[in-house]
Amino acid sequence: MGVRAWIEGWPAVRQIAGRDPLGRGAAAKSDRSRMLRARTEDADRMVRSVCPYCAVGCGQQVYVSGERVVQIEGDPDSPVSRGRLCPKGAASHQLVTASDRQTAVRYRRPHGTEWEDLDLDTAMDMIADRVIETRRRTWEDTDENGRVLRRTLGFASLGGATLDNEENYLMKKLYTALGAVEIENQARI
Amino acid sequence: MAECHPVGFQWVMEAKARGATIIHVDPRFTRTSALADIHVPLRAGTDIAFLGGLINHVLSRDLWFREYVMAYTNAPMIVREDFRDTEDLDGLFSGFAEQTRHYDPSTWQYEGADVAAAAGQRDQWALMHRDEEAGERSAAGRRTEKASSMETAGAAGGRFHGHPERDETLQHPRCVFQVLRRHFARYTPQLVADVCGITEREFERVADALTANSGRERTTAFAYGVGWTHHTVGVQYIRTAAILQLLLGNIGRPGGGILALRGHASIQGSTDIPTLFNILPGYLPMPHAHEHLDLDGYVSADAGSKGYWGNMDAYAVSLLKAWWGDVATADNEYCFGYLPRLTSSHSNYDTVVKQVEGSCEGYFLVGENPAVGTSNSRMNRFGLANLTWLVVRDFNMIESATFWKDGPEIDSGELTTEDIATEVFFLPAAAHVEKDGSFTNTQRMLQWHHKAVEPRGDQRSELWFYYHLGRIIREKLAGAVSRETPTPEQAERDRPILDLTWDYPTIGEFAEPDAEAVLAEISGWDGEGRPLSSYTQLRTDGSTRCGCWIYCGSYAEGVNQTARRKPGREQSWVAPEWGWAWPLNRRILYNRASADPDGAPWSERKAYLWWDAEQRKWVGHDVPDFQATKPPDYRPPTDAEREDAIGGSEPFIMQADGRGWLYVPTGLADGPMPAHYEPAESPVANLLYGQQANPARRVFPHRLNRYAPSGETPGSEVYPHVFTTYRLTEHHTAGGMSRWLPYLSELQPEFFCEVSPALAAERGLEHGGWATLVSPRAAIEARVLVTERMRPVTVGGHTIHQIGLPYHWGDNGLSTGDSANELLPIVLDPNVHIQPTKADTCDIRPGRRPRGRARLALVQEYQRRAGITAETGTEAVTRRGGPS
Ligand code: SF4
Repeated sequence: MGVRAWIEGWPAVRQIAGRDPLGRGAAAKSDRSRMLRARTEDADRMVRSVCPYCAVGCGQQVYVSGERVVQIEGDPDSPVSRGRLCPKGAASHQLVTASDRQTAVRYRRPHGTEWEDLDLDTAMDMIADRVIETRRRTWEDTDENGRVLRRTLGFASLGGATLDNEENYLMKKLYTALGAVEIENQARI
Repeated sequence: MAECHPVGFQWVMEAKARGATIIHVDPRFTRTSALADIHVPLRAGTDIAFLGGLINHVLSRDLWFREYVMAYTNAPMIVREDFRDTEDLDGLFSGFAEQTRHYDPSTWQYEGADVAAAAGQRDQWALMHRDEEAGERSAAGRRTEKASSMETAGAAGGRFHGHPERDETLQHPRCVFQVLRRHFARYTPQLVADVCGITEREFERVADALTANSGRERTTAFAYGVGWTHHTVGVQYIRTAAILQLLLGNIGRPGGGILALRGHASIQGSTDIPTLFNILPGYLPMPHAHEHLDLDGYVSADAGSKGYWGNMDAYAVSLLKAWWGDVATADNEYCFGYLPRLTSSHSNYDTVVKQVEGSCEGYFLVGENPAVGTSNSRMNRFGLANLTWLVVRDFNMIESATFWKDGPEIDSGELTTEDIATEVFFLPAAAHVEKDGSFTNTQRMLQWHHKAVEPRGDQRSELWFYYHLGRIIREKLAGAVSRETPTPEQAERDRPILDLTWDYPTIGEFAEPDAEAVLAEISGWDGEGRPLSSYTQLRTDGSTRCGCWIYCGSYAEGVNQTARRKPGREQSWVAPEWGWAWPLNRRILYNRASADPDGAPWSERKAYLWWDAEQRKWVGHDVPDFQATKPPDYRPPTDAEREDAIGGSEPFIMQADGRGWLYVPTGLADGPMPAHYEPAESPVANLLYGQQANPARRVFPHRLNRYAPSGETPGSEVYPHVFTTYRLTEHHTAGGMSRWLPYLSELQPEFFCEVSPALAAERGLEHGGWATLVSPRAAIEARVLVTERMRPVTVGGHTIHQIGLPYHWGDNGLSTGDSANELLPIVLDPNVHIQPTKADTCDIRPGRRPRGRARLALVQEYQRRAGITAETGTEAVTRRGGPS
């Protein structure tokens, strides 16, 4: 760095010579601050999304670097939110990247005192068996008056309001085909 | 709204900046109150009295919007002669059977017509009617069926036999307008002030502001947090607002409406495409068990022949075709017989009771945490501990996954880990950035979120989970067919699963189903497999397939309409090219009402949709919620059906009469008009009627679900305070998506209760110290926040203290505390089976709650002092001076 540049770098000089006479903006900026770059600038890509908390449906811009989410910002294009996010929406980066978020299936056997590991495929197979078995055992063809029921009340499901429409659709479709009717979600709670 | 829908609240502030008056009606002073022009701190649970007072104000001073009311509402219809009002029966309507706790709505009907149930309750009502005529059904059967009731959101219909008598002069003593006037006459400003614990001046300020701001030139909007539905009279809360808004001409017009501020990203979507027991996609009812029920019977009982519900046959057949594809044919009624049948309420709380009793053995929890998140959490945990198997899908180890290890009942010694037989599968879920899919926000708008990254480890989407679960079950059942030839009965039972269309394309190494392919099925195809663009294309002949008729067109032209993102600043203020709103991208429902009967805007200022006589079509800022070319002077021939039966000046196209209902002749379980009842648990007697609480509320007497005495019943003084539960800005419902986040946990680190300085002084509560709260269900502890924001109210000369309880906590995660939901009772609105979380009773005392067994002992000691038995609080009919 030349002497001239060095002197011009002094905050007091910048304050007098620059556009920040009160020294509360650019003149006071440190070298370190100048070197900082927003994570969003270096991101590999930005993907459009929607806040997963309340039903306002604020637009989100999800920044990805090295196949990891590095930042989530409000989407200024959204006519709903115009770039804003509330504390929850702004914290959703932590929601998806939290290091303590569960990544593995856990299994507790009947009467067990501890969690055990379980392979995902095995878990899926066991759950399918539980459904088939419960359904068979609790099946109702008709009621006591002979009216057709064609159902099982042996198992129930709760959830859906935090999920996608497509997910709710597959849930309702599968459950109904299985004859399960005790299907509910937060809309009732 | 500023607290719970902060970013939505920017539009309220925008309106305020342009001169709008903001009125906040809430027991608590919140950030919304701080920014409002008027805050009315009414007593929790008295909104019907408050709104009823406003209706009375509008009617008695002739401040209603005459042309709108005459043309667009059912004000002229004449009600049957044998109808009796709450005025005649001290708080009951005619038709109540105390034994069964149910209303028979036949006397509520119009004279000269029989209108079959409007929303949701349609199937039961109409078929019951038919069965009754045929003498087929026992009284007991009818009773249980009526309990399953309706789903209000979005659905409305009504089926006419005959033609209702009308009096266009509104003078007939039994016309809806006069019935309404008499019904609300007793809701005087003074009575409202007494019941609500406010001043007459406060009431009048609101009444003046509201009426001055309604009419041709101006509109008023009501926005409610869904806490409005969390009362044993929740549906009637919304009805009261609807009556008021119809009288003022504020429905279907810009700046008007009744706007539900829903609390989850896609809670609207999960009602439209319901994971709910009583409806199928698009608010088609689940069929009930009837003798000889066939597709025609199901549709005709329900559809109504007039209005858009007249096309229910096309919607139902297209859904069945979407689910069972080529197997569904006219010969087999499009597999209508594959649908399971309802016989009673199968709502969440009915399930909880069954779990406690041991008759429901398996449970899927999908982003839901009933161990702390549902009313009477303790009862919910006893249910979980009594399951055979439980699948929990979530981000974190929520309390519903770990109750067997560290739940409060382990601490109290009521349950031991080794004795709990529940087999628990915890499967980690993928987050919104790790999957493609659409959310439907609170304005019915679908927005697509795109996958940004792959989930880690075993994390998977629900789309993945349910698709592959279905695939594995199908493989196993198909295999069983070849291996061990099932009985013909079993093969028949498995047909609906094996015949299901379940061949979605998958993507990537995890074989994730293609979410767009699912959306395409929801939106629908014609016979040639071309994407449909409108539900008006749906056919009854099996040539169209559509998974949810109200979402038809969301994938029009093979384009994902929900992913449209034209920046807001580059389009009109209605922003029609951002996302896609059901139905048909209409942004304001019933927007035909934004023009006068002749099709001209009510005023230039409020122009939104109008009839262009030259082009002979409706034009304006939005997609018409009306047949686009039906002229205002269209009068339907008497034999017209479906949408053709709706006149050109009748905006409410889902209703059989095309009109907005000031009075509901059928479809509601607790009366054709709203009446103020005290909450199921209340420290005061009803000042309006001898009838204390909603007589038709659903009660669940159970040792784990005792109720407090109310009003003048001895023992009510043991639980003298009202408590109301709510959310904070920094947390989300039961905390599963917020208590594990460091930022949010730092902002709101622990559970607290809000009390007034007066209550703090009376009970010796210290700011920052601990308090114990006791209800007949549980005892919990909370940090004390003494604040002027909570204000005692005076009712009938007594001071009533109100306590505020945010309900986000549980024992797991970073921010911990007792769950406020422990205190809540299970007692339900009879229409929609929703519990009261906003106005219940408790006691409060300084200090921490007891640990171990002593905690339960404290609850029991209170129950004894209050004289609580299995019957307490379950009375249906009451007279002045206590239960009859
Ligand atoms: S950012 Fe806040 S207001 Fe917006 S959707 Fe998310 S939770 Fe709701």
